[in-house]
Amino acid sequence: MSTRAASFRIDCSACLDATGKPIGKLPDFAEDANTLAALYGAMVRTRAFDAKAIALQRTGRLGTYGSSLGQEAIGVGVASAMRVEDVLLPSFREHGAQLWRGVTLEELFLYWGGDERGNDFAGPRRDFPVCIPVGTQFPHAAGVALAMVQRKESGVVVAMGGDGATSKGDFYEALNLVGAWDLPVVFVISNNQWAISVRRREQTGAQTLAQKAIAGGLPGAQVDGNDVIAVRAATERALAHARAGEGGSLIECLTYRLGDHTTADDASRYREDEEVSAHWKEEPLVRLRNLLVARHGWDKAKEEALLREVRAEVEAAADRYLAIEPAPRRAMFDHLHATLPPDLAALAEEAAGDG
Amino acid sequence: MAELTMIEAIRAALSHALETDPDVILFGEDIGIDGGVFRATDGLMQRFGSARVRDTPLSETVIAGMAVGAAAMGLRPVAEIQFSGFLYPALDQLVNHASRLRNRTRGRLTCPMVLRAPYGGGIRAPEHHSESPEAMLAHIPGLRVVIPGSPARAYGLLLAAIRDPDPVVFLEPKRIYRAVSEAVETDGAALPLDRAFLVAEGEDLTLVAWGAMLAVADEAVARLAEEGISAELIDLATIKPYDRVAVRASVAKTGRCVIVHEAALTTGFGAEIAADLAEHCLTHLIAPIRRVAGYDTVMPYLRLEAQYLPDTGRILRAAREVMEFT
Repeated sequence: MSTRAASFRIDCSACLDATGKPIGKLPDFAEDANTLAALYGAMVRTRAFDAKAIALQRTGRLGTYGSSLGQEAIGVGVASAMRVEDVLLPSFREHGAQLWRGVTLEELFLYWGGDERGNDFAGPRRDFPVCIPVGTQFPHAAGVALAMVQRKESGVVVAMGGDGATSKGDFYEALNLVGAWDLPVVFVISNNQWAISVRRREQTGAQTLAQKAIAGGLPGAQVDGNDVIAVRAATERALAHARAGEGGSLIECLTYRLGDHTTADDASRYREDEEVSAHWKEEPLVRLRNLLVARHGWDKAKEEALLREVRAEVEAAADRYLAIEPAPRRAMFDHLHATLPPDLAALAEEAAGDG
Repeated sequence: MAELTMIEAIRAALSHALETDPDVILFGEDIGIDGGVFRATDGLMQRFGSARVRDTPLSETVIAGMAVGAAAMGLRPVAEIQFSGFLYPALDQLVNHASRLRNRTRGRLTCPMVLRAPYGGGIRAPEHHSESPEAMLAHIPGLRVVIPGSPARAYGLLLAAIRDPDPVVFLEPKRIYRAVSEAVETDGAALPLDRAFLVAEGEDLTLVAWGAMLAVADEAVARLAEEGISAELIDLATIKPYDRVAVRASVAKTGRCVIVHEAALTTGFGAEIAADLAEHCLTHLIAPIRRVAGYDTVMPYLRLEAQYLPDTGRILRAAREVMEFT
């Protein structure tokens, strides 16, 4: 004889369908035209940055770059729900979240152009730089949250990663500890269906990625990751839950990587164009624009004005980035330690002379 | 002044840090109610509370990564890895984050963390409990590696590591946790990092050692004295960045050098010291540099570990060879 020891269900939330038609009542913030225009503008800005970054890389003026094409609603939706005092730990594909948080276009260009100075954000001073080793940001999030609890701060930590990251031990260890200690960490998984060339189903046999949270003692839910309203609403719920002292949670945002993994990747080696084309029908910008048109008088003139403004801003930021000289050779020692030990100080001088 | 063993000195340093700096927090496996498997944190949870002395899940990766995150926020986490043999899951965090967070954010985020781990052989421990990973860690730019050689140095160096604005791996030679006690001034005074300590002055030969090998080398110094050989003994203490100046100065004086470490010979830290001496002290050397180290094989399980670890006899043989070289 056996009894049920545990059971769970995973819900998936959405506010708009792929054409931008509301599914039921929208959250209050989504009734406000200015809020929706800001979310839309941020997604357009992210996409414009993305296009420029790729163009710069293709012409040898930027390093290897990971595009966020098609995933703009996740970064923007998540970051727009956060407070200034919260801390973001992004993966390398969350430019939209970073931009909303106040990282500048110029800083992002500078970073992806191969210059660590791009991580010295003037804006969100406590936000982490993008995490390149997949999933290793999740343990940091636990530590940031621990510090907040220790100092009785009301902030919440948001750690973002991709579907591939949920296969890593770092992810499980952090999830488990956050559950055991009830730390205020929101795990956001941008499930874009591909970890470079490995499909989501080949990544894990789990039915959803959200359910991985359940094993760690956290609530987990799915959301339509191409629906910025739904992403923001889900994040608001998760942040409120954490801020109330009820601990962490996980949001799996369902989306699709419309671009290559990075500019060093050629996705045509492993997936069909038809698959990509089909997913273009679900991309996040059009559906929000359709809602703005249908309900808030968004028109061609407004759209064109926005595009002009955003493109000019991106071009100006790129020009400023391109005008920044590489740091001198000595700079590679400048922040190795707070104070360089004598033999390293001597080496730094020697290196400076090698030029 | 109290007579303390090394484990007591470490506990006293942790206690002082918790008492004087509200940003210091301790976490690790079994460090709370159990006081750590070696009792380094015995009584600290009871005294400072479970918010500051925390038992973690059994998760070395998150222990190290959480230390990075907490340190970036300005806390001074002192995390414990139960044995250095279980430190390898934490290496990713040390290599990719702890050691370079300051660099990759141009000083915006820093990582003032300490990762403590008992290391080395000689206590008849299970497999995987007796290795010496210091050279591996020393190869990580931006990371300090410190190994105390006595109770007083453990106290002063651990306090220095906790107060240092950058990450430190603090490897504790568990074989001498309780082997000897000495008078330790527990007044909160730190000892300098990045400096070697002169344990015995001599004229004919320089011995460089660290951790539990110091006691073995010290015995060799006494035996050599009986033979009329005056050996100088240096405790390297900070392995990275190590005190090249002190080692060079000693070898410039004696002209002979024997380096002793438990870790396997090839690419052990002795190789770095020998290379530096070859580059900078060639004209002072009157004999080849010798390294007495663990053999280039897997650290054996307890029945053979005494034969693996350098002992006085092996040090004496190397010293005599160096002295007899013409």
